[in-house]
Amino acid sequence: MTDILTRYESRDTLRFLTCGSVDDGKSTLIGRMLYDSGAAYDDQLDAARRATRKRGAFDGDLDFSFLVDGLEAEREQGITIDVAWRYFSTARRNFIIADTPGHVQYTRNMATGASHCNLAVILVDARLGVLPQTRRHAFVASLLGIRHLVVAVNKMDAVDWSEESFDAIRAEVSDFAARLQYSDLEFVPVSALRGDNVVHRSERMPWYEGRPLLDLLENVHVASDANLIDFRLPVQLVLRASTASRAYAGTIASGVIRTGDRVAVLPSMRETRVVSIAAPGGPIDEAHAPMAVAMTLADEVDVSRGDVLAPPNNVPELTRELEAMVVWMSERTAARGGDYMLKQGTAQVPATLAEIRYRTNVDTLRREDASQLALNEIGRVRIEASRALAIDPYARNRATGAFILIDRITNETAGAGMIIARETALHASSHRVAIDARTNVHAKKALVSREEKALLTRQTPFVVWLTGLPRSGKSSIACALEKALYDRGMLTQVLDGENLRLGLSADLGFSLADRREAARRAAEAARLVCGLGAVAIVALVSPSAGDREAARQSLGELPFVEVFCDAPLEVCEARDSDHLFERARAGELFNVTGIDLPYERPEEPELVLATDRESVEDNVARVVKLLVQRGLVR
Amino acid sequence: MRRLTLSHLDELEAESIHIIREVAAEMAKPVMLYSIGKDSGAMLHLARKAFAPAPIPFPLLHVDTTWKFRAMIELRERMATETGVEMLVWTNDDGVREGASPFSLGTQRYTHVMKTVALRQALDHYGFDAAFGGARRDEEKSRAKERVFSFRDRSHQWDPKNQRPELWNLYNGRTRKGESIRVFPLSNWTELDVWLYIHRESIPIVPLYLAAPRPVVRRDGALIMVDDARLPLEPGETPETLRVRFRTLGCYPLTGAIESDADSVPKIIEEMIASHQSERQGRIIDYDEAGSMEEKKREGYF
Repeated sequence: MTDILTRYESRDTLRFLTCGSVDDGKSTLIGRMLYDSGAAYDDQLDAARRATRKRGAFDGDLDFSFLVDGLEAEREQGITIDVAWRYFSTARRNFIIADTPGHVQYTRNMATGASHCNLAVILVDARLGVLPQTRRHAFVASLLGIRHLVVAVNKMDAVDWSEESFDAIRAEVSDFAARLQYSDLEFVPVSALRGDNVVHRSERMPWYEGRPLLDLLENVHVASDANLIDFRLPVQLVLRASTASRAYAGTIASGVIRTGDRVAVLPSMRETRVVSIAAPGGPIDEAHAPMAVAMTLADEVDVSRGDVLAPPNNVPELTRELEAMVVWMSERTAARGGDYMLKQGTAQVPATLAEIRYRTNVDTLRREDASQLALNEIGRVRIEASRALAIDPYARNRATGAFILIDRITNETAGAGMIIARETALHASSHRVAIDARTNVHAKKALVSREEKALLTRQTPFVVWLTGLPRSGKSSIACALEKALYDRGMLTQVLDGENLRLGLSADLGFSLADRREAARRAAEAARLVCGLGAVAIVALVSPSAGDREAARQSLGELPFVEVFCDAPLEVCEARDSDHLFERARAGELFNVTGIDLPYERPEEPELVLATDRESVEDNVARVVKLLVQRGLVR
Repeated sequence: MRRLTLSHLDELEAESIHIIREVAAEMAKPVMLYSIGKDSGAMLHLARKAFAPAPIPFPLLHVDTTWKFRAMIELRERMATETGVEMLVWTNDDGVREGASPFSLGTQRYTHVMKTVALRQALDHYGFDAAFGGARRDEEKSRAKERVFSFRDRSHQWDPKNQRPELWNLYNGRTRKGESIRVFPLSNWTELDVWLYIHRESIPIVPLYLAAPRPVVRRDGALIMVDDARLPLEPGETPETLRVRFRTLGCYPLTGAIESDADSVPKIIEEMIASHQSERQGRIIDYDEAGSMEEKKREGYF
């Protein structure tokens, strides 16, 4: 008996999502899983048999769908069902099913269910193949951070157990799932009606060599989905026992903490040390996510609800501005300027929807211009909170990267948000260090001036700065220009944005802040090139007019020739040989200029090149002509 | 590599403590409904853990219909003394004056007067804006869609069309004056989980859960215990002594016993693993009509 207790107590739990409509046989599949695994009780089976007889349309004594309460009936009654929860267990594992309806308008419900799950089972009707809703389900589950996807191809009995039908669906789903964030993708051919490959292996599909569905669910490894690296404790409340000491209670969102570890309190950034950790079972020396704990700290620091404890060398970003994907859940449309209460971790603050950057069409996965987000729509937004929040990107941390928006008038939960990485805390701190260091540094005077070096090279140092959308032809022109100037006996150096990212700027991402830094480094490198008496040719997207202006300013008296490679976005997209735009459109890449990051066209460049119409040779000839006119090239 | 994962019981425990703490932190005046059953016992235990070493920062409320098993009232008094928590007891005195009993009113009307109305009276009287309940989603089909935070309007009505989506562990407890939420920290627990937890944590339970010889009468296929002299015996009915226990506890005339030899918690668990009957089977209240739970919830029953 003790063995049974120990075994039952120590099993883990898999929370998974089922999506698909009643027509896909979802209720039948769940009912079959409960029945075949012995999780349905006799009185429930009797009730389901009675219901089967009453309905009369079924050619057996038990319609398994009656074991689970259909969501459709309530839908007809106008009841808002978002998720129906089912519980069952096997000798190996405990299961919690978040069952969500699969109709067009139910993006909101799927998102709600998915936020609690590690795995999604998507049903596809073998007769109908992949439908738009299949793609939609796969996209929403991926957006909500689910990394394990099982596609159950149901009704195999109705296609004569055909391997070809199954393979066609597998190929199609694999193709678009590859553009999403799944780390684990499985396909199972099943017949929920007949019980094939649900719990028991089917003998009618000998060509399928994989496991039955339940076997997969019992064995999928989801423990590694948890973030055990970045310790975060959003403080829920401060407990004051009769003694003077205070304990800070909360659920560990991610990571591991030990007694004696140093922690910083955000937002104050005061540092202290963990003295004790109380878990539900008593005091412990080490705790990890998702334990509910209460900790005492060494110093009298001010900590209150909404604060976050984190390691001093690995803190979340502290910011009032959030970039996020949101799923809209309210009939009251989201629009720029909307006021909400934002709840993230244990913090709840007033916040404004500052900007809607775009809406993602869930059927095509394309980005569309949008000024509003309606119920069940998904979009990228910028939010300004009334005070700084300690955040992590959702992709890295589901607990500290998620938030909800609460309508301040109706109090309803209006939106669910997932934070996108903008500027990492690491960069913020390295910037701080740089600024601190600069205050005590003085420029040294060189003994040989740039002009004197230019006498050796017999040329005037200057900078050509090529800007424009990705794939607008900047690099081609830079290289051709270098060749043209070399032929005239001039020493040059091309500083290509993508090449710089392989070296000098390898640590930078594509956020606006990182792009500013990339432009600054390119300008500094150009200065060094010019210092040798040579010509610097910079080819950099540099989408921000401000950043380009800053580069011009930083180069002081050096001649600066801004050349705008002007090709329409469609042309650049057509040249998308390495799938940059395609992946951005699919929501796989963020901060891609022209897609989700705006390109600010130069107002007064020295030269505009129509790189979509003119040849590279003609364009380079125009650049050289300008340089000659300016007296920079002989 | 070390396994840094929680067992399912530890995970459920952590989740429930999180919910209880959120309510204590965000709501102005919470209360925990204490029905003295096994689920309430587990919930009270979790509340103590959530705030230890500090005391539970809200009172408990027992809605006493005056028809509870005597052994339940004994455990209530014992737990109040042991935990030092404030134990409020509320009875619908109007109902008592009018002689409301399961026999005079019928189960449905009786439940409405002595449970639903009584609960509303108590919540209004004290002005609670949040009330914890021990309900679980696996109890009954209609509960499967219940939120952890279940929103109630000014007249305690549950409007199924106006419930809030719940994402992650970010609960929305914002209410206007007079509105309230019912909170179910055990939403994701199953009956088996509760028993495993009671066993692991040695949580006190009403002895009626354990099999013992008890006087019962057979009525409409159910075994009703003769807990006191108020049970009117029908013609030809004589109490017989059977070895029985209860899977759920409520008002004794409305709660059916099952024949069993399980006289310890491990034996209950063993019996449950082998069982083919759901626990709701013994609850006469659910059998009144199809969809009756939905109706009762709308009216403000838990």
